[in-house]
Amino acid sequence: MNSPAPNPETKGTFVTDAALKRLKKRHAAETRFKFYGQFAIAIAVLALIALLVSIISQASSAFQRNMLVFDITLNAEDVAPNGTDDPDAIARNVSGFNLLLQDSLRDQFLPEDADASETRQLFGLFTRLAVLPVAKKTAAHVDMVGTQQTVSVALADDIDLYLKGGVTERKSIDLGQVASARGAIGDGIYVSLAPGTDTSALAEAIGGFQEQSLDDSAPTTLIGIGNTWYSVTGFSSNEIALAYLAGARVAPDPSQGIRALVLAQAEANRTVSDRQIAWTMLLKDEGRIRKAFNSTLFTNADSTYPELAGTAAAIVGSLLTMLVTALLAIPVGIFAAVYLEEFAPKNRMTDLIEVNINNLAAVPSIVFGLLGAAVFINFFGMPRSVPLVGGLVLGLLVLPTVIIASRAALKSVPPSIRTAALGVGASKTQSVFHHVLPLAAPGILTGSIIGMARALGETAPLLLIGMVAFVAEVPDGPTDESTVLPVLIYKWSTGAERAWEPQTAAAIIVLLVFLVLMNLIAIILRRRFERRW
Amino acid sequence: MSEHIVTAFTDELEHLSANLLRMGGLAESMITDASRAVTTFDLELAREVIKRDKAIDELEAEAEQAIIRLIALRHPMASDLRAVLGAMKLAGDIERIGDLCKNIAKRCLELTGDENRAAVKGIERMAKAVSHQLQIALDCYLRQDVDAAINVLDLDDDIDDHYMSLFRETLTYMMEDPRQIGSNTHLIFMAKNLERIGDHATNIAKAVYYMVTGEAATAENIQARQGTRES
Amino acid sequence: MDGNVEDFVETARNKQALNMAEMTKVDCRHIDVFYDEKQAIYDISMEIQDRAVTAFIGPSGCGKSTFLRCINRMNDTIESASVKGQIIMDGADINDPSIDPVLLRSRVGMVFQKPNPFPKSIYDNIAYGPRIHGLAAGKSELDEIVESSLRKAGLWEEVKDRLAAPGTSLSGGQQQRLCIARAIAVSPEVILMDEPCSALDPIATARIEELIDELRERYCIVIVTHSMQQAARVSQRTAFFHLGKLVEYGDTERIFTNPEDSRTQDYITGRFG
Repeated sequence: MNSPAPNPETKGTFVTDAALKRLKKRHAAETRFKFYGQFAIAIAVLALIALLVSIISQASSAFQRNMLVFDITLNAEDVAPNGTDDPDAIARNVSGFNLLLQDSLRDQFLPEDADASETRQLFGLFTRLAVLPVAKKTAAHVDMVGTQQTVSVALADDIDLYLKGGVTERKSIDLGQVASARGAIGDGIYVSLAPGTDTSALAEAIGGFQEQSLDDSAPTTLIGIGNTWYSVTGFSSNEIALAYLAGARVAPDPSQGIRALVLAQAEANRTVSDRQIAWTMLLKDEGRIRKAFNSTLFTNADSTYPELAGTAAAIVGSLLTMLVTALLAIPVGIFAAVYLEEFAPKNRMTDLIEVNINNLAAVPSIVFGLLGAAVFINFFGMPRSVPLVGGLVLGLLVLPTVIIASRAALKSVPPSIRTAALGVGASKTQSVFHHVLPLAAPGILTGSIIGMARALGETAPLLLIGMVAFVAEVPDGPTDESTVLPVLIYKWSTGAERAWEPQTAAAIIVLLVFLVLMNLIAIILRRRFERRW
Repeated sequence: MSEHIVTAFTDELEHLSANLLRMGGLAESMITDASRAVTTFDLELAREVIKRDKAIDELEAEAEQAIIRLIALRHPMASDLRAVLGAMKLAGDIERIGDLCKNIAKRCLELTGDENRAAVKGIERMAKAVSHQLQIALDCYLRQDVDAAINVLDLDDDIDDHYMSLFRETLTYMMEDPRQIGSNTHLIFMAKNLERIGDHATNIAKAVYYMVTGEAATAENIQARQGTRES
Repeated sequence: MDGNVEDFVETARNKQALNMAEMTKVDCRHIDVFYDEKQAIYDISMEIQDRAVTAFIGPSGCGKSTFLRCINRMNDTIESASVKGQIIMDGADINDPSIDPVLLRSRVGMVFQKPNPFPKSIYDNIAYGPRIHGLAAGKSELDEIVESSLRKAGLWEEVKDRLAAPGTSLSGGQQQRLCIARAIAVSPEVILMDEPCSALDPIATARIEELIDELRERYCIVIVTHSMQQAARVSQRTAFFHLGKLVEYGDTERIFTNPEDSRTQDYITGRFG
């Protein structure tokens, strides 16, 4: 196709017109075929890229966490009421630490006569259990008690989500300076803008959000002046009517800057209230909101709060399950393959076994779950939701794959090796174990690891043996209650809060990393064991 | 015998046989013509016989070439090997027969024309017998016939008898008439040549015997063979 | 059979030490071989000489390889094959079920058509047999065995400084010599060769034939070959097989100059195949 057309004059009967036409057709067909192949590959690659991009972008927000920083004295009476001799008590003293931090916030933001709903909203900035890491750290270093420390706790999931751009769309607009202000905090404040201030951006934003929303009360506009935030109660020709929301209880001064924050959703439709947003903005201005790497994703076990939930239990559970699966499937599979391939007589019986093994490899995985539930749990009375039973079920699932891959590897060893070994006086067993198995090792290894990787990602059978249970602690051993990564992903994906979405994506990435690691190990091991023929 | 799977091999062997049979035919004719030249004192014929020897020499050279080629390129085994070795012997023997006929013809040119008629007749008779022997020998080569070959061996004794009686006869003539010593001596040499031709014909038969049976044509082998046949 | 297996091995090895020429080493009596119902070898009896090379020739499918494999009971590894008859070696019938073929194969070695060295180092290729049969007491003895086997196979000079290289890195001819050295390493008494040179070029073939010539002073060698010239060059006795029967068996010289059976003649001269 890339060579120049032959010259009929110099090439004789090789290049008759009919032949040239046929040649052209053939080249065209080949080009088309190549194109089909490339097209197919492109589609596959695009799909893969789309998958990865969507997961990674969703997960990226889960890997970072917004933390609220406190500079606070760890009073002994609050954090260690029973003295510092018992660190465990300190570590469990969630309420003590909570009270400490709540008091600090209350002192800063709430007036004396704050009502219950306001208080609840303020304390809702971070979850109760978010203080656990602080408590544990204090328990580990009891000399911290009574000293001034900088502690940070994870913000509540919705606040965190808001800061990452979720919950509601918003626009931040600069409105210049205060020209004049009147009124008092308690009744209502009226500010007028400096003449000539361009309010078109504000009007656009409000108009834009209004169009999008079905709710007449949307959008909400918040105004920030100095260290105080107000909600807008009305617009007149040159004044904005404001109601105090949060922050310093002082009236605005002229020439202070005015910031507007337009929120697309009305407060009733949001999980984050106006006040909470105002407090968050204030804390942000103070510099007390910090982004940190979300290591709890990997160190914590599951939790009902998305911001506290981690994959640690699932990772350990997966590893333990993998261990049990490997211990069951790999030796049994290899030896079964060796027997079937090398030693079994070739009769109807072994044909039947072979057919059945091939069929088993195609059985839907959920059937194995049923088997596990019926036999292991009901009949043998094993506990539910433990890696032991999960490993047994997955081991049975993976066993046919290992057997088939191992048989293929054994078949690929040329018979000349076996006859050479026999000819030198080796027995059948010696020839198999000294010569055939080492040569089949790369293929067997690959098959085993592929089986393991499949087992790593199986969800349905484990659901049936009860691994959906909520597991709050990292398991210690194969007989401890646990869960596995795929089941965790499934559970998290059904969570109601929006914050579960990035968590789920993050867990998927953890699973993918695992799989990639396993395949890498497979490739390395295979390279190491591959002998040159 | 069936053909070789590689038919070219069979063709080459047959070509060689044909060559040898042609040589043999030429030799036969040379015997007859030399004998006639002597009896009819035809000097032209004698000279022609001398020339004919060249043809046999050329054919012999051809045969040798063919034999070398067969051995180098075809690796003959068993019967083929014996056939090729036998062909080599035949070529040599027939070529010698040609030379001997040429010698007879040369001697014929030395004759005066007035030799003893009886002696000359004796030469004619001997030549006929020898020619007959050669014909049978060549025939058993053609037909690969062992029994005929054995017959030829027996015929050799007749030829020897012919020679002895001719020798004595001629000696008597020479003693009777010393003037005829010269020409009669020529006749004795001619008879000797004919006897040699008979020996070569016998060799041909022995070669054929070896070719077919794979054994040398010794008296014991022949006896053993005939003994087993009769029993 | 009488006596136990260890004694049998011991006396056999002692016998080899005495120089016995012109003696029958393997006496095959009325051998029949069946593959399921199909008969492949029909009632073959022959005596194979010690310290000599016996060649098996015949057209494809005539049973010569099958018969060869009877001598070291390699047919046992084929499920459908059954062998009847007696094969007497040093007074014992090796076809007897009580004799372990594994032990037999340490005394009757085999070299195959396509060189098949183990994918291990040259040293390990040779050392494997002596190791599993316990022929060497320690590493130095094993080294000696490896060196002497390689020397006998004419390979030592070429590989002595790369014994750790894989066996498969050698050329075809060298690989075949390696396989022969491997067979020699267990000190067999009989060496069977199934068309050992058919995959080799003429020079490598000539070297192997020279090696066979040297080996025949110590071992009983049986070689199956498709090349009649090779059989003629290399062997002292030749057996011609056809359709599972032994047609003719005798001195090589006679078979190739004046065979008795017309079928032998026809095969040798290329009149049928």
